[in-house]
This record gives sequence, structure tokens and C-alpha cells, in this order.
Amino acid sequence: MSAAPRDPLAGLYQELILEHAKRRSGEGVLEPADAERFLRNPTCGDEIRLRARLDGETVDAVGWEGQGCSISQASASVLAEDVPGLTAAGARSRIEALRELLRSRGSVEPDEALLGDAVAFAGVARFPMRVKCAMLAWVALEEALDELDAR
Amino acid sequence: MRGLADSRAYGADREGYYPGWVTTTSAEATLNEERIALLRADFPILAEQPGGVPLVYLDSGATSQQPRQVLEAEWAFRTQRNAAVHRGAHTLAALATDDYELARERIARFVGAKPTEISWAMNATDALNTVALSLAEANRAGATDPALRIREGDEILVTEAEHHANLLPWQRLADETGATLRWIEVDDDGVWTLEDALAAITERTRLVAIAHVSNVTGLIAPVEAIARAAHAVGALVVLDACQSVPHRPVDLHALGVDAAAFSSHKMLGPGGVGVLYLASALGAALPPARVGGSMITTVTMTERDYLPAPQRFEAGTQPVGAIVGLAAAVDYLEAVGMRAIERHEVALGERLAAGAAAIDGVRLVGPQPGSERAGLASVIVDGVHAHDVGQVLDAAGIAARVGHHCAQPLHRRLGVAATTRASTYLTTTEAEVDRFLDVLSSVRSYFGVVR
Repeated sequence: MSAAPRDPLAGLYQELILEHAKRRSGEGVLEPADAERFLRNPTCGDEIRLRARLDGETVDAVGWEGQGCSISQASASVLAEDVPGLTAAGARSRIEALRELLRSRGSVEPDEALLGDAVAFAGVARFPMRVKCAMLAWVALEEALDELDAR
Repeated sequence: MRGLADSRAYGADREGYYPGWVTTTSAEATLNEERIALLRADFPILAEQPGGVPLVYLDSGATSQQPRQVLEAEWAFRTQRNAAVHRGAHTLAALATDDYELARERIARFVGAKPTEISWAMNATDALNTVALSLAEANRAGATDPALRIREGDEILVTEAEHHANLLPWQRLADETGATLRWIEVDDDGVWTLEDALAAITERTRLVAIAHVSNVTGLIAPVEAIARAAHAVGALVVLDACQSVPHRPVDLHALGVDAAAFSSHKMLGPGGVGVLYLASALGAALPPARVGGSMITTVTMTERDYLPAPQRFEAGTQPVGAIVGLAAAVDYLEAVGMRAIERHEVALGERLAAGAAAIDGVRLVGPQPGSERAGLASVIVDGVHAHDVGQVLDAAGIAARVGHHCAQPLHRRLGVAATTRASTYLTTTEAEVDRFLDVLSSVRSYFGVVR
């Protein structure tokens, strides 16, 4: 067993997360958009309104507005930077991989090729109370894609 | 050492049955460092290190911890006396019934009420719902008693700062009866005044529901004056006493309220049980919200007659073991002394408020330093979400509450989704409050809000 890290939060608040929480890529109302989803985390009041535009099978752009903790805001920012260019199926694979990783309590090794910059959230897996924060934007995108599929 | 000075104490006449009693003897002695250290030794969980660092527990406002005396009383009941109460002729059932009713007497005395005015509930939320559901039932049945009548054009009054438990039941009762829900507005700090309250009570007011102590702002409501004004217009007064009964002496008769609710788990007792106080007149007039076993006199295939209060409001089997634990918690609190606990927490509340208000970029919610407040404080850290504040505190072993504290309308008025709350109790030390303030002051630089 290794000794406890000096900063127990270092695994959670990666530099990339703190940067994204300030950068807030993709913040704003996306016009035009093909699907929109509003989600709220009732336990803490975090909320996001996420809009996505598709070009055929490819996610063309994602925009979002919301408020919440640094984890949830950084997560939306990473999503908005990384997901455009992926196919809808590719986006879904990334969402599923992130969900599996975050729910694993640290037992799953992160797959950077599959996760992209979202790999920075791997540390959240050890903070079960924060998993919902990190997943909020991704679940909003997933439900937006579901809505498009249902049409 | 079993030197409990208070001879009224529950079970004190049965030396040897309960395995442990409070080790302090002077019920009103100040809670100094030495005495707090003795008390802390009674709370096994305070020695735990859930995050690998010493625990600084500042979340008693949500759930308090249990001293071994409470755990042992519950264990003793479950291992020596557990049986169905108020039914069966066997000796064990009689012993269990004794404990159960003795507990009711203990809790009644603790809050200045009669035993017949104390009914058990699941928790305070359940107790408040019972009052609202019973009033709805009375009005569905025509409410011949004018004290219970709530109709279109009538008003139900709450404050903007209420916990959802003391808001939603009244929202729904207003919807069901056609009455209008009105509220006393709060200012930018989340504070309201007696003048605001008196101005909001009108001839149309039928019910006033307020918290004795706000779980977010720590504001202490002027209950007696509000009850007088409400009664002058024939309105009922319902008190959410969750944050007062555990922390300061409360005399419900002196306050003059018609109903009150509080929870065992916030006053050193086990979870799963709450207390509903119904003043004798209201308890006699109100129909039951729930019906079934243990609350009737005669039942035919088409009719039923109900027992009087308190049993009328206790359909079904109650959590007797937890109730016995709650009685032991009340013994513990009284042995320490409610005045001593109040003084201790008020001092800690002032220390919290003054310390938080002095930190750059930290906004104190509720009464500002120098104004009366209970032993808790909620803060907003500019530029940092409360969840992130809580995470930094947690890394230092500090258990504080983050979120909207079940008071969304209040937080909306404050302009934030969430705040960070530190709440104290009898075992909280000045050093713990200072540790909280110290870590709180480091939060903004951690997130790079200031360099």
C-alpha cells in the first residue's frame, strides 16, 4: 500500500478539470440545434441545458448553459470540445465508458483512447458523491441522442 | 460511575437495567474544554477517521451522533424487553409497554407538554404531514369545528425560509382546500422580522407554520408573539422545532403553539422516529390521517371509533426500540443541561458567524455577527460552488453540509443553488470551529479564484 497522497484532492481536481471549469468551452445557446435536453441534479441543484447539432451520423456541435460545481461545469466543457466530430455511436461509446469508469470506485482502468480528455475525470470514481456531477452533461447528451433516435 | 443527579431520569429507579448513564453530575455546569472532552468520550463515532484524518463533525443539524448511553439503552430494550406494546397479556408485553409509555412521559416533560399531547411519527416530516393530512381530512368531512375549517379565500401563512418539510404539506393543503398560501418574505440575508410576520397575519389567516430555528440561517423565530397574533385571528400555529428542541430548552405550552414536530435523529437519538406534539384541544378535534391497528375502540364491518390522542395518531406498530433510545437521549441531554448546551452553541454560532464574515470572498447567510443566531452558520463562497467547498472541507476531515438544505425557495432568494453549512452540538469544540474557518479561508485560492 502506498502512503496517502499529500493532497487528497489531487486525484479529483486535476489541472485539466480546474482549467475547463474556468474555460467553459461550448457555453452558450447553440443555434440551430437538432435536440435539447434539460437536466437537474436534485441533490445539489446543479443544472444543464444542453443542445446538440448533428450532420448526418456525426455530432457537429454541442452547446450548453448551466450552473453547478467545478466538476459538472468542467465535464460539460470537455464534452463540448471533444464530442464534435464523433459519430453518435462513438459519442455513446464514450458516455458508456465514462459511466462504467466512474461507477467502478477505482476498479476499472481508464481507456484514454476511448475517453479522450474525459479521462481526467477518472479520479471522480473514488468520490462516489461526485459521480452524478461528472455525468450530468453526458447524460444530457445521451438523452438528446435518444430523443433523436426516437424521431 | 452512574452519578446522574436528575432523579426524574428515565429508568433511574431501575439501577442495573440500563448499563450506562451520563457521567456528569452538575446539570448546569458550563461546557468547558474538560467537560466536552468527557462528553466526546461517550460518542464512539467521534473517534472514527472515515477519511483517514480525525473527524470534525459539523453536521449535527442534519443528523446528530449517538452516545453509547443511547445505543446501550436501545440494546438493553431489544435484548431484554422487546415485545408488542398495548396488547397481549404476557409479562414481557407489560414491561415493553412500561418503557414505551415512560418514554412518552420523558419526552413530554422535556418539552413542557402533557404525555397525551405527544404522538410518535416516523420523523418530523411525517409529523408535519400528519397535521396537514388530518386537516385535509377534517375539511373533506365538512369541518364542523371552526378551528379546523380552511376554505377558499382563507390563508395559510409560512415563511420563505421554510424547510420543504414545513412548506410542501401546506402547499398541498392550500391546493386541496382552495386556500391561498402566503409567505413572509426574507431579505437579502435570508432574514425576516416579527414586524413582517405580524403584518402578514390577517383576518383570513387560518394557519401559521414556521420553523422555530431556521436550518439554513440560524434565525430564531419570535414564536410566542406570532402565536399570540395568530390566535387573536383564530388561526392555528404549527412549529417546526427540529432545530430548537435538540439545542435549547423549549417549553411548548409557554410558546403557545397548537402543533409542533421534531426528530429523534437530530437530538442524539436513533433514526426512524419523530415526535408530533398536538396541544390538547387540537388533538381532541383532529381526525386521524392514518387508520388501522392500535388506534380504535370499536370496529364493525362498516364503522370505526377512534381512540383519543395520542393513540389516535399512532396507527400500526411503532418503532419501540428507537423510542426507548430517544428517551435515553433526552436523559442524556438533560443530564448535560439544556441551558448549558444552548449557551455553548450560541457562543460557537457567534464564533462561526464572526469568523466566516471576516473571510474575504465569503458571504455569511442569516443574522450578521452581533445579532442573535443559533449554533449554525451557512456561507456562500464567491466563485466556488458549495459542492467544491464541501470537498475541500471533507479532505480535511470536516463533515459539513452542502446543498440547498431542503430549502430551495430560500436559496433562490439568496441567488445561489447551494450553500455550505456548519452546525454544532454539545460535543463541538472551539478548535473544530476554528479548523472549519481555517479551511474555509483556503478554498478560494485552491480553486484559483484568488491568487
